[in-house]
Amino acid sequence: MIKIRKLKKSFGKLEVLKSIDLDLSQSECIGLIGPNGCGKTTLFKSILNMVIPTQGEILVNNKSIYGNDIYRENIGFMPQIGRYPENMSIGQVLSTLKSLRPQTKNFDMDLFNQYEIPRLLNKKMGTLSGGTRQKISAVLAFMFNPAILMLDEPTAGLDPLSAEILKDKIQLEKNKGKLVLITSHLLSELDDMVSEVIFMQEGNVTFHKKYTTLMLETKEHTLAKAITHVLKTT
Amino acid sequence: MSKIGHLVLIDIFKNKIVLIYAIVLLIITWSVFMLEDTSGKGLLTLLNVVLLVVPLMSLLFSTIYLYNSAEFIELLVSQPVKRQQIWLSLYFGLSLSLAGAFVVATIIPLLLFCSLAQALMMTITGFAVTLVFISLGFVASIVSRDKAKGIGIAILMWLYFALLFDGLVLFLLFQFAEYPIEKPMVILSIFSPLDLARINNLMQMDAAALMGYTGAVFKQYFGSGLGLYITGFAMLLWVIVPLFISTRIFKRRDL
Repeated sequence: MIKIRKLKKSFGKLEVLKSIDLDLSQSECIGLIGPNGCGKTTLFKSILNMVIPTQGEILVNNKSIYGNDIYRENIGFMPQIGRYPENMSIGQVLSTLKSLRPQTKNFDMDLFNQYEIPRLLNKKMGTLSGGTRQKISAVLAFMFNPAILMLDEPTAGLDPLSAEILKDKIQLEKNKGKLVLITSHLLSELDDMVSEVIFMQEGNVTFHKKYTTLMLETKEHTLAKAITHVLKTT
Repeated sequence: MSKIGHLVLIDIFKNKIVLIYAIVLLIITWSVFMLEDTSGKGLLTLLNVVLLVVPLMSLLFSTIYLYNSAEFIELLVSQPVKRQQIWLSLYFGLSLSLAGAFVVATIIPLLLFCSLAQALMMTITGFAVTLVFISLGFVASIVSRDKAKGIGIAILMWLYFALLFDGLVLFLLFQFAEYPIEKPMVILSIFSPLDLARINNLMQMDAAALMGYTGAVFKQYFGSGLGLYITGFAMLLWVIVPLFISTRIFKRRDL
């Protein structure tokens, strides 16, 4: 679904991505992990064409993403920090974003209902708590039934119950054949979600493996321990 | 395009500042005509206010609004929409609200106290100055990621166009007073949108006569139909060129 070829990105002299090659296929839930500043977010943003790479290319459904804005119809993005126009109500923001994707016919309102957003439709964005805004971001990412979901630290800031709802939703969508890409620092949380793991260090992909393969190779039971194991042995 | 613009428009109107801006302009416009004994003097005072307050408001409001919308702009960019469309929609929403506030606030007293030509010229001037300085505000906000720096640039732009440029022109006038510099002065004024606006308005008043020989040359250039076209065109360039530059930068920018 997503193919990344020799992707390089530098900010000034700082090389953030050093020739990344990745193939991400559907029906997978992929955890993108790595220490701070390893290039996770830059890679994420490159796929969304928010960051324009120095070299290399990205293909989504075998089409280059450059000079092509339509491909983002296939992507639902949940940013790490969602901020919206302060004076707008939730309803207005939702309807504006709907109007930007006129092709979508089947809306996925699961999260919308589970998070009880209908009660809040007239609330102003500026008055919402960080957690509620995070819920709105999640609703927006899933609402358009995109084939690819990109979630940047999705559960940070959500209460445990809401985080659980989101995790179940992620599982459900993955089983429907979607590609889910998650970054998170909470490795324990990824354990019951991901089917593949991409580990990045200093702008390189250290490994990209099936979750089960990783566990077998390291003889560990949790992602946190497996990663520690890998780091110690290399 | 219109949907994002519409959203920005509603957002700005609900943010009461634009409303207060309109009320302040309304009070200023009414009071200058009430206080001055002739409408000409009132118009001159209003012109000076317009040339100071409107650029400042347009520059600062648009620059700060863009910085505050950074995350929302990121979310919009992640949608299947062209970046250019997002940027121009933001411009559309901001300019329509601020320029609209100016027109709504000033048009009634202007029509009551001045001739139609003067009222129209002043309204169009305020409208155009708003568009120009929002366009410049877009440049200020895109050249730096640092909010303080961006707002600093916006303030420096205002200082330059509202105060420094005039000083520069005066300096040149005195330095080259012995030469026939009227024509170069006309050309020089094209480099400042506020000068263009001022001259266009002065030409509609009797005050042009006070400007002496230079005034006569200006009148010859700007008072005629052709002059209006030229200044109008120059103002249009002042809107389009900065907007074009900022759009180009925004299209290639890493968010």
